[in-house]
Amino acid sequence: MTDDEYQSVVDILEREPKPAELAMYSVMWSEHCSYKSSRKHLGRFPTEAPWVVVGPGENAGVVDIGDGWLAALRIESHNHPSFVEPYQGAATGVGGILRDVFTMGARPIALWDQIRFGPLDQPKNRYLFKGVVSGIAGYGNAVGVPTVGGELEFDDCYTGNPLVNVMCLGLLRRDQLVLGTAGEPGTVAILLGKATGRDGIGGASVLASASFDEESGEKRPSVQVGDPFEEKKLIEACLELYEKDLVVGVQDLGAAGLSCATSEPAGRAGVGVDVDLDAVHTREMEMTAPELLMSESQERMMAFVAPSKVESVLAVADKWEIESAVIGEVRPGNTLTIRHRGSVVAEVPAASLADDAPVYDRATQRPLWLDELQARPSGIQITDVGAELAGLLADPAIGSSAWVHGQYDHMLFLNTVIGPGADGNLLRIQGSDKALAVSTDGNGRLCHLDPRVGSARLVYEAALNVAVTGARPLAVVDNLNFGNPEKPEVMWQFQESVEGLSEACEALGIPVVGGNVSFYNETEGVDIHPTPVVGLLGLADPMPEPPPRLSRAEPGMEIWEVGPAATANLAGSAVQRLHSEMGGTPTAGDPQMARAVISLAVDLAHRAPVLHDISDGGLAVALAEICIVSGVGAEVTTDNPFSEDPHRFLVVAPRGTVEGDDESTRRIGTIGGDTVTINGDALPLAECTDLWNNAIERALAG
Amino acid sequence: MRAAVVVFPGVNCEHDVVHALTALGGEAELVWHRDTDLSGFDGVVLPGGFAHGDALRTGAIARFSPAMREVARLASVGAPVLGICNGWQILCESGLIPGAHIANRDLSFICRFVEVEVVDTNSILTRYAEPGQRLRIPLNSYEGSWVDPSGAGRVVLRYVDDPNGSQDRAAAVANAAGNVVGVMPHPERATDELVGSTDGQVLLESFLRAAPVPA
Repeated sequence: MTDDEYQSVVDILEREPKPAELAMYSVMWSEHCSYKSSRKHLGRFPTEAPWVVVGPGENAGVVDIGDGWLAALRIESHNHPSFVEPYQGAATGVGGILRDVFTMGARPIALWDQIRFGPLDQPKNRYLFKGVVSGIAGYGNAVGVPTVGGELEFDDCYTGNPLVNVMCLGLLRRDQLVLGTAGEPGTVAILLGKATGRDGIGGASVLASASFDEESGEKRPSVQVGDPFEEKKLIEACLELYEKDLVVGVQDLGAAGLSCATSEPAGRAGVGVDVDLDAVHTREMEMTAPELLMSESQERMMAFVAPSKVESVLAVADKWEIESAVIGEVRPGNTLTIRHRGSVVAEVPAASLADDAPVYDRATQRPLWLDELQARPSGIQITDVGAELAGLLADPAIGSSAWVHGQYDHMLFLNTVIGPGADGNLLRIQGSDKALAVSTDGNGRLCHLDPRVGSARLVYEAALNVAVTGARPLAVVDNLNFGNPEKPEVMWQFQESVEGLSEACEALGIPVVGGNVSFYNETEGVDIHPTPVVGLLGLADPMPEPPPRLSRAEPGMEIWEVGPAATANLAGSAVQRLHSEMGGTPTAGDPQMARAVISLAVDLAHRAPVLHDISDGGLAVALAEICIVSGVGAEVTTDNPFSEDPHRFLVVAPRGTVEGDDESTRRIGTIGGDTVTINGDALPLAECTDLWNNAIERALAG
Repeated sequence: MRAAVVVFPGVNCEHDVVHALTALGGEAELVWHRDTDLSGFDGVVLPGGFAHGDALRTGAIARFSPAMREVARLASVGAPVLGICNGWQILCESGLIPGAHIANRDLSFICRFVEVEVVDTNSILTRYAEPGQRLRIPLNSYEGSWVDPSGAGRVVLRYVDDPNGSQDRAAAVANAAGNVVGVMPHPERATDELVGSTDGQVLLESFLRAAPVPA
């Protein structure tokens, strides 16, 4: 906390704060909890649409998907904890995002992980990568929510600062929506779940709101230790509470712990709360008031309950074998009063913790190096398409992700129609003919070259990824991973990125319903590339049956490229990364083209056996993936096979399925044979398959 | 057939099992692990998941859940009892199937389709399958490798490849009478082409058509 912020606290309280009060303000006003550097810019996002039920600001965004069903979605980062302790950092990231979703009354039905590391030739990066993947598996599998997809990127800029983002989708009936409100005076506050201990103290401020240096390892005690079994029981207990209509409101004990779980619901309801810390169930002796107020856990929940329903709530907790304690009561007025060992340790205006946090208008400055970077000419000469393709297929970010997703339960709940390893994932809604589609996309290199253009393209790409499964885009959540906001260049990148995301969402008519900001992703003074990650939800109504799959190509089928013709621009592409080159001006997205191509894709998804978005590695990689997964070769002729220009996808279909050989729909070849042949350069299918299948294993072997 | 699907805290496949059995024409009902009366049920499924958080050892605590006494009683009178994944681990800990489970050979969680071969049709899981028939079913486990120094377990399904180091490549093992079976891959995840396979149907149909217990 800065001196100015301290003075604000004194102004609010009209006196010096007590230790517990100072602890509460310092964590609630941390960057992570208060969004103090980003809040000014986040107002730019379009957040409204007729189908939005809950927009940004609650625990998760909620949209109406028809037939009385709502979908809740949320994305979060656990970057800093994962660097300090990869297994627990990633595991508790999963726990946290689930909690945000079931807090809304929804059953979490699927997870997506977006993870970014430095190159695997460095032992430390291998350690982090393996630790994060097993943490996600260890928690997600045990808590019983399938991880059905995600994203993987490797780049030098993440060596000192891996990114671990996670998105969750939940389903609920419209009448089960629960909000984080404390209700009216007399309402009882019940703490449910794991006993409070000294782990996870102040994670939000100690870890998430500061940069890294050599001493970061000393922050390990601030990382929570995850307990998926406790969370599984807590999920089931909460869902039963909602089903029986036993709670007024619910708030989680994530960042800022009890401080947040009491002040935010009270602030929203315009009431006060009296909290007795001696009633909190603990698993360590002699915990101080600040410790009790700041301890974070994914496996604890605060329920606000009408007095007549307290016994029923405690009985549900007992059935599910979770601990519970009545710790407070809602009062008239607006004061949050905290008692501990017979004395009042904090007495503050409840809403001030959340609402009176400082808002900074941080300086922005276009980086001086950007002009030179964007003007830098490419030295890449592609002479052998086959050799280039082989190099790309062996890249661990492009090759099969089976090493990763094979460790995640991605099939639980029997909804996974299109699972990991595809553009977008398709989850059927049982009992209806609809399906939900999700794609998550980020691209740090593209956004480094042009944060506005790059960010907009992420939205367009995610939208096309769900469209090729037959779904129309519905809503976006975003996770904004950036460097140190106190640097004007980083703030400029942030502002540009928000602008790009907003423009693209407006162009597609979709709202941003939630998000997360992760600043201070810098180590030893070096910032990561600006890395916004988009999670886009789509609705397939009806679901295409059978759905298009990469595995459905057969000899004799035609291959079509749909969308604008690719230019020779390789700025921000995988080929550039492969050649250790960085520079140029990325091709900008085109709103009108984006809309047209998405409509075409949704339509074709109901008729064509294979649709595949063209992105990392260009058309060449997209085609090779279809061939590898279907087990059959192909021959095509095309310009610029490695270009990653936006709004393009491949269609493989029997003759007569796709019509018109015009500017935006071009027939480029035929499925068949045992090579992937592009412009006459042939790479044996068996070699493609071997390189692609083993890309991650070989990178890990060094 | 009216099957009890026992829910221990921490299991997660219970709804999938009910869904699959119901879709195949059976009756299936969730039963809480503290229930001590399973009369009125013709058979029992212990679904997959992480009963009691796999604390101590997989299945080590679940065997003491009150419902398990009734499961043992039903098993002893010949009722069909099927343990899937974690359910098999519980059956081993309870002594209803010989052997125990250890971590997969490669020490990582495995979630993928595997091929299994029917090697013995004298069991409530395999009765209506063809000997030698190959089935594609998802595996989803960490402690999936079965070991049985006693040699008393009877393998009814065998992995075509060897994904996890299981003894005799065992994917499913029956007791001597064939009415109690543990299976590591998840047949309930292979009952709908839309999610990848229908090869699990014949196994669950065998279970549903197993002779009910005389009252």
